[in-house]
Amino acid sequence: MSDVTKMTAVQIAGLIASGEASAVEVATAHLDRIAAVDERVHAFLHVDREGALAAAAEVDAKRSRGEELGPLAGVPVAVKDVIATRGVPTTAASKILEGWKPPYDATIVERLRAAGTVSLGKTNMDEFAMGSSTEYSAYGPTNNPWDLGRIPGGSGGGSAASLAAYEAPLAIGTDTGGSIRQPGAVTGTVGAKPTYGGTSRYGLIAFSSSLDTPGPCARTVEDAALLHAAIAGHDPRDSTSIPQPVPDVVAAARRGATGDLTGVKLGLVKEFSGEGAEAGVTAAFRESVEALVKLGAEVVEISCPHFEYALPAYYLIAPSEASSNLARFDSVRYGLRVGDDGNRSLEEVMSLTREAGFGPEVKRRIILGTYALSSGYYDAYYGQAQKVRTLITRDFTKAFEQVDVLISPTTPFVAFPFGSRTSDPYQMYLADLYTIPTNLYGGPAISVPCGLSEGLPVGLQVMAPTMADDRMYRVAAALESAVGTFTPPEL
Amino acid sequence: MSTTVLPTYDDAVARYEPVIGLETHVELGTNTKMFCGCPTEFGAEPNTQTCPVCLGLPGALPVANRAGIEATIRIGLALNCDIAEWCRMARKNYFYPDMPKNFQTSQYDEPLCVDGYVDVDVDGETFRIEIERVHLEEDTGKSLHVGGATGRIHGATESLVDYNRAGIPLVEIVTKPVTGLGARAPEVARAYVTELRDIIRSLDVSDVRMEQGSLRCDVNTSLNKPGEEWGTRTEAKNVNSLRSVERAVRSEIIRQSGILDAGGSILQETRHFQEDTGDTRPGRSKETATDYRYFPEPDLVPIAPDPAWVAELKAALPEKPSVKRARLREEWGISEVDMQSVANAGAVELIEETIAAGASPAGARKWWMGELARRANETGVELAAVGASPAQVAQLQALVDEGKINDKLARQVLEGVVAGEGDPAQVMSARGLEVVSDTGALQAAVDEAIAANPDVAAKIRDGKVAAAGALVGAVMKTTRGQADAKTVRELILARLS
Ligand SMILES: [Zn+2]
Repeated sequence: MSDVTKMTAVQIAGLIASGEASAVEVATAHLDRIAAVDERVHAFLHVDREGALAAAAEVDAKRSRGEELGPLAGVPVAVKDVIATRGVPTTAASKILEGWKPPYDATIVERLRAAGTVSLGKTNMDEFAMGSSTEYSAYGPTNNPWDLGRIPGGSGGGSAASLAAYEAPLAIGTDTGGSIRQPGAVTGTVGAKPTYGGTSRYGLIAFSSSLDTPGPCARTVEDAALLHAAIAGHDPRDSTSIPQPVPDVVAAARRGATGDLTGVKLGLVKEFSGEGAEAGVTAAFRESVEALVKLGAEVVEISCPHFEYALPAYYLIAPSEASSNLARFDSVRYGLRVGDDGNRSLEEVMSLTREAGFGPEVKRRIILGTYALSSGYYDAYYGQAQKVRTLITRDFTKAFEQVDVLISPTTPFVAFPFGSRTSDPYQMYLADLYTIPTNLYGGPAISVPCGLSEGLPVGLQVMAPTMADDRMYRVAAALESAVGTFTPPEL
Repeated sequence: MSTTVLPTYDDAVARYEPVIGLETHVELGTNTKMFCGCPTEFGAEPNTQTCPVCLGLPGALPVANRAGIEATIRIGLALNCDIAEWCRMARKNYFYPDMPKNFQTSQYDEPLCVDGYVDVDVDGETFRIEIERVHLEEDTGKSLHVGGATGRIHGATESLVDYNRAGIPLVEIVTKPVTGLGARAPEVARAYVTELRDIIRSLDVSDVRMEQGSLRCDVNTSLNKPGEEWGTRTEAKNVNSLRSVERAVRSEIIRQSGILDAGGSILQETRHFQEDTGDTRPGRSKETATDYRYFPEPDLVPIAPDPAWVAELKAALPEKPSVKRARLREEWGISEVDMQSVANAGAVELIEETIAAGASPAGARKWWMGELARRANETGVELAAVGASPAQVAQLQALVDEGKINDKLARQVLEGVVAGEGDPAQVMSARGLEVVSDTGALQAAVDEAIAANPDVAAKIRDGKVAAAGALVGAVMKTTRGQADAKTVRELILARLS
């Protein structure tokens, strides 16, 4: 048997289904790989060796009983540490939740288990998903397997890096402003943000409730689609979950993989197709567009005039919601408690705990959000940002009257060296310039590797209308069939 | 302030016009909490009725309880409100340990019900109280401070929090400022809360018991000189009974008047009503005004009640308590004062059901407002929980009407019923309380009484019929009260005529 860690999820599931490999063997191979490389990559905050082997053994037992196995049975998956896992540490990469073990499972985790996937552990991220580089993890950054001196993107850098380092074939991410797609782009992996409400947020530690979307990360589009199908669908425990059937993303990915995009109309977002991006990113993107045209797609330029206001609007809405969502971390019920010496007041203990427990970016956003919601400022900031959100949604709706999907580079620049953007928050925020509009609109978008720039991966983003997630998978899979996948240097 | 001389109430209202406003919180009686599936039973062990949602654990999400929305809409409709076609919950952000998320899920500028009114009667005069809004929110947990002398946080060695109450649905009903009441303001305030309680009770959405906190009232009061602008208002909290509502307004009018008379100004503040003294004391003053940073709750989809559903709910509303009282007063043939005491005792439905079970209005009212009300009062329970059902009371009265028991025996039967010994007929036979109506047995007792009291017998024979009472008493004594006094009297007179 060749190295299973280099295989796709589809291949691994095939081996297990045919009996060529046991789920325990597959899990062990991945756990061994983690043991061998994660000291250098630091994709994981917690490896659940015991839980993984037990889950794998269960799949093997099921198979030996002749029970039917799902398409991902026995396939290992890494889960972003912002998702609640019962009895398994869940910290959102924050000191304030160090050691916290949730008493319940997120809906997504339940669905992963029902699908027979094997959870390897929890992946690193920017604290509370606030960041684009994992440099804001309270437990140290994740290193990009393409170049260990560079960032793996963020906030879901751990999930993306675990794929690129062959520590896991599948991973779960969450995308609030690009946290699945931008890490996907800079690690040469696939990351999809489903339609908001298409995947359940129950058990996802909230950053910005109206934007947070859990989604799949993988090394191929088909794998991502299979994971998407496993976790998506209505959840009565999430009020914002959409009570509609999930589009058949797997069929769409397979159709796209045939390399035929005849009759598909792609919209090139005018505002995102040149200025602001690195030359290498623009070049790789343009070549990909040509490749898509060769597959039969029609490409037109579409103007989305309000996209330029997306970043400022996002940095009012997301921090506002975050300031409220993160208020619960007060030392009273769970997590860190600092300064409770019997003399200090409750308020003092709360303040000391939050001072010690939150990192600089989280504090920055809490302050920003608290300010934006304050009486007298609400209309000018939060209220105005909501209006921009409506206008951006209108841009998307109008665009989708003319084209099937919109395309752009995923992020303006390739993986940057550590420390190069932490001194100026705005430089960091620019990493999500192209991904944020979709979050404000609520539609689905996927990042798929489209080329290299000076040896580092570049991603192409496909954006689709809400609840038309299948469209983006078709286009992404078609591009993948044309340009292939990209393999990082050996670690 | 110690130099302030308090005016009399009459003087105060002669000089100033009071403006009042009431904010009432009603804890809904839904089976489960507003945003999770936890039960809502009162008095459970601390923190046993909790889950990730109502504990605000990271990642947990709320889902609105339809029953809570329905109850709020029904309250709104019963208060003549317009029901919003689309509205949102909002987050009210502030840090407090009994609030698991450090924000309360409430409503802000988009309440579910707006612009209603309630008409209340005070001594035959009708006052219209306008309702500004009725909105839905969640209750908080309860803090318990131990180790200190006062039970307050200061001096306590430990603070414990019980989250069983966290997330129970609360409906807040806010009046518009009520003006032009003059000296009647305290009575009208009380009458309003009473009417509100009766309306909500008729909807069967809450047990609306002020003493248990399922109905809580904050009373705003301000004074102004006639023709001048409204004064600064104070808010009185901890107003836990109908009587306290009246007393709180009254004492605030007197207190504020004293300050204004002395040339002082009223501080806008929250004050706590004192049950023992009947006045209000300043609450803990906050250095800065709280900015709640309200914004629409992104975890919950907007509430958009289907107009057809709202129309259905409206059509199915029960008869308004005031209309019902007027109708029943007519049917029962009683005075307005008597009807008011029936309503205050919470006996309207009980008497109604007793009548439906066959009793006469007078008979039904006699038991509920007499013997049973007395017992309820003594044992401190609601009349409905006193231990006798309307059907049992109707049966009791039927036994009296049939002459099987007299009133005195009936009270003993009722005692047995309340003690759980069974229905009145069962208690009667089990305790051997049936009236002796066998004239043969009675005749012997009558003859015995005549023989034992020759003087009395002689008087009766001489035509002094009134003297028969003494012999009746003697017979009742030998039959241990189980004889029908009327029959005994007839037998005596027949023997001695
Ligand atoms: Zn609960």
